[in-house]
Amino acid sequence: MKSTIEGRIVKVSGPLVIAEGMRDAEMFDVVRVSDKKLIGEIIEMHGDRASIQVYEETAGLGPGEIVISEGAPLSVELAPGMMSQIFDGIQRPLERIKELAGNNIARGVSVESLSREKLWNFQPTSVTGDYVETGDVLGTVQETELVLHKIMVPHGVRGTLTRIESGDHTILDTIAVVKVDDGSEREINMLQKWPVRRGRPYIEKLAPDEPLLTGQRNIDTMFPLVMGGTATIPGPFGSGKTVVQHQLAKWSAADIVVYIGCGERGNEMTDVLREFPELLDAKSGKSLMERTILIANTSDMPVAAREASIYTGITIAEYFRDMGYSVAIMADSTSRWAEALREMSGRLEEMPGEEGYPAYLGSRLANFYERAGCVRCYGQDKRIGVLTAIGAVSPPGGDLSDPVAQSTLRIVKVFWGLDSALAYKRHFPAINWMNSYSLYADKVGQWMDRNVAPEWSRLRGDALKLLQDEAELEEIVRLVGQDALSFSDRLKLEAARSLREDFLQQDSFDDVDTYCSLNKQYRMLSIILKFYYEGVAALDNNASYNELTKIPARYEISRLKFLPEDQVEAKFEQISRDLVDQINAVMPQGV
Amino acid sequence: MAKEYRTIEEVAGPLMLVQQVVDVKYDELGEIELPSGEIRRCKVLEVNGTDALVQLFESSLGINVEKSKVRFLGKGLELAVSPDVLGRVFDGMGHPIDGGPEIIPTRMLDINGQPMNPAARDYPNEFIQTGVSAIDGLNTLVRGQKLPIFTGSGLPHAQLAAQIARQAKVRDGSGKFAVVFAAMGITFEEADYFVSDFRRTGAIDRTVMFMNLANDPAIERISTPRMALTAAEYLAFELDMHVLVIMTDITYYAEALREVSAARKEVPGRRGYPGYLYTDLATMYERAGRQEGKDGSITLVPILTMPDDDKTHPIPDLTGYITEGQIVLSRELYRKGIRPPIDVMPSLSRLKDKGIGEGKTRADHANTMNQLFAAYSRGKDAKELQVILGEDALSEVDRIYAAFADAFESEYISQGFETDRTIVETLTTGWKLLSMLPRTELKRVKDVFIDQYYGKD
Repeated sequence: MKSTIEGRIVKVSGPLVIAEGMRDAEMFDVVRVSDKKLIGEIIEMHGDRASIQVYEETAGLGPGEIVISEGAPLSVELAPGMMSQIFDGIQRPLERIKELAGNNIARGVSVESLSREKLWNFQPTSVTGDYVETGDVLGTVQETELVLHKIMVPHGVRGTLTRIESGDHTILDTIAVVKVDDGSEREINMLQKWPVRRGRPYIEKLAPDEPLLTGQRNIDTMFPLVMGGTATIPGPFGSGKTVVQHQLAKWSAADIVVYIGCGERGNEMTDVLREFPELLDAKSGKSLMERTILIANTSDMPVAAREASIYTGITIAEYFRDMGYSVAIMADSTSRWAEALREMSGRLEEMPGEEGYPAYLGSRLANFYERAGCVRCYGQDKRIGVLTAIGAVSPPGGDLSDPVAQSTLRIVKVFWGLDSALAYKRHFPAINWMNSYSLYADKVGQWMDRNVAPEWSRLRGDALKLLQDEAELEEIVRLVGQDALSFSDRLKLEAARSLREDFLQQDSFDDVDTYCSLNKQYRMLSIILKFYYEGVAALDNNASYNELTKIPARYEISRLKFLPEDQVEAKFEQISRDLVDQINAVMPQGV
Repeated sequence: MAKEYRTIEEVAGPLMLVQQVVDVKYDELGEIELPSGEIRRCKVLEVNGTDALVQLFESSLGINVEKSKVRFLGKGLELAVSPDVLGRVFDGMGHPIDGGPEIIPTRMLDINGQPMNPAARDYPNEFIQTGVSAIDGLNTLVRGQKLPIFTGSGLPHAQLAAQIARQAKVRDGSGKFAVVFAAMGITFEEADYFVSDFRRTGAIDRTVMFMNLANDPAIERISTPRMALTAAEYLAFELDMHVLVIMTDITYYAEALREVSAARKEVPGRRGYPGYLYTDLATMYERAGRQEGKDGSITLVPILTMPDDDKTHPIPDLTGYITEGQIVLSRELYRKGIRPPIDVMPSLSRLKDKGIGEGKTRADHANTMNQLFAAYSRGKDAKELQVILGEDALSEVDRIYAAFADAFESEYISQGFETDRTIVETLTTGWKLLSMLPRTELKRVKDVFIDQYYGKD
């Protein structure tokens, strides 16, 4: 234990406090400021002066007050008890704060991140005498019905297990003793601490190739994400970023979801808190909240903690990844995080880069997204863990030349560009199919061809081509009117419209449409395109364009969104038959 | 007795530097006593050793560096509250200006408030009927929402805000209502419009007003909205009232903020506004809402004049990222004579889905809303095409859509500032319009609702 380092405040300017007498403190050490014990972090050292960003409101602080270093960097507590919880940006449990301080967040509330009293039933999976290494699973705790929390050997520990105890324990009880190679004994409990700014290590990174299914047609079919990939959702306000993020948090096929509300609306976090416990996981039928952890630093909460919230979230996510789970992290919004960075940078009087953002914005963002990935975790079983990162970006005025958007685009592999013009038309999700992309599309296409239907990639390609052609044809229509187009072009427009309205649009608020299985996605896509292919053939056989576009099956297609999953097979068979019959019926007789 | 300092070193714009201070805290309130005995207030922006940089809340006119005295009060800026604030008019600093007595406070509240714990928020989901179809039907307001009006100079935003204040009610008619009105930098005439409208309707008795007019010191504008929100919090969370807060005009507020930031020589963000504009606006807007275990609520309707009607200007842009939607007024519709000229396409209420549907409005509400949007959007496209290519170029269906768009504007949106429509009237008008379209076009409406309402009068 280091001797306590005590300094005195010399300057207070917003969330920035400068203290002297801090020569022995280390960069990024956590400090307690004044007798109110506000939490801060050292972000710069000049001689014996430390610049401290304070994670709580600094009103009422003045020169001469005491600053004490805790001698350790900002860390999160990792142990059972995190699931279904809502934490603030520095992992203080908000429910607990509410009990202690009422409906508003008072300052200097001192609470443990995780309960020290709660008992967890620990079931060993290793036995005395086993030789264990970093990352090996000693045993498990059923944290919630959905999450089996694996208790791993902490980093840097290897040796022979001399004792392991099953039964109910608090996170501080010793559950195992390891005789380390140098002969000393090391007691292990369920609690690990990890500094948030350092990524948790792994053996090696692997190239991701399996899709992360989300039940969203626009995403799974058109611009897929892979497990261990990175994606960004930029869009102006009102274009539905948050709804898309919430949909992903609800329906993505991840084992664990960490949702960071970073500088966003309080009501959105409340929404998640209220809604998720009632939503059931498609696979297990259990409440979605049981696999979700929320980190909330709403926009009215202190700005410095917003900067930390992203790291707090991803460190927790990495911890679950290390257990071999597929973890998805959603950050809404990274722009607010960048603004917090900018505000601190301004107070530190750093030379600004673009738009006042610090010059290190790009590297910090890259650092965050690079912590995602598909990795081989520590542990002798060589398990694979996955961390998928999805960040929302809120560019000013929707302008993607914004430094945050640009720095993000350089890193991420999937880009879901939201478009206000689509949002105005209430085309949701307002993902613009013309400028969005997924660099995983080919890989996922091969996976889909193997696992869903061999013609998947072809259908997707055809659909995108139709949409591309539509955009070009629209130009012509705008100049000379629809009459100038050939019937086959007009059919193309009709088919594209059907794609847009009947496939790409998905109603997040409809009980059925909110989640669409891969099979249903495939069926919908294939039947819409079937109309097009059959229609083209019919036109070649001199069928009447007007009658062709009026066949009743098209109306049926437009209702498919609301078709419950259990009726999919029968209904699609029927529509498929009807479609062919009706098209045949409009064909001129005798052909 | 607080220590007095006669060590004012410099005064520049809204900032003042006081030296050799001891024990001064960040964000502390101070008083400046002028040689004439007049007292002005200020707050500490930065303390650095024995230097305190303070921001004046009032004008610096008449401050004498040599003879003025400064005292620090050991607390932040506070507002005196008691149930008697209802029906009163205050200036931007919370002093009564209606000739009535000072408020005898039951509480003194720090005007900065404290962030609301998201775990303690109650989700806003109670439908408020404003009587305006474009809002109730398409961009539904709920209790505890923050929904700004994005407008331009010369548009009738004041009329719309007054109409909302006058007509807003919940369907079961429960709860005590109050209005808190904050004027920031608007003209006397504009403020007077609200005052006389509140007086005309009798709402004045349950209204609290904070007035910082265009000729009042710009710097007071920074505290005005916080005063108003503090009063609103008191009424909502201590007296269990449902409070509608109208703040006008956020643009002037942001300009005052820019003034202070520029005086401090801070690195500016977009268009010279400080980099913390988002955070600053958020600490105001986020005070709206509902809390667990409390009956009251704060619904916030800020009015914001978009400079040059530009929605991407930093003030509307950042506001839009914080608030739960926006009501956008359109100059084009205004010229066409549509009153209120609400442009429903860029307007949005993010909380609408929680406030509508069975038991709240009516089961078909969500479907009809989406269908009206989609149809109006298609109708507008068709009309655009019609302008370029003439009516003949339109397909049969598109011609119907074009007619729909016109009817929608004149019947649904344009209802005037005095008409108070119930939600059922709004929905019925919607169905009447939708019945213009062929049934097969109603792709967003479930069959049961089509059967029930389509083509019925």
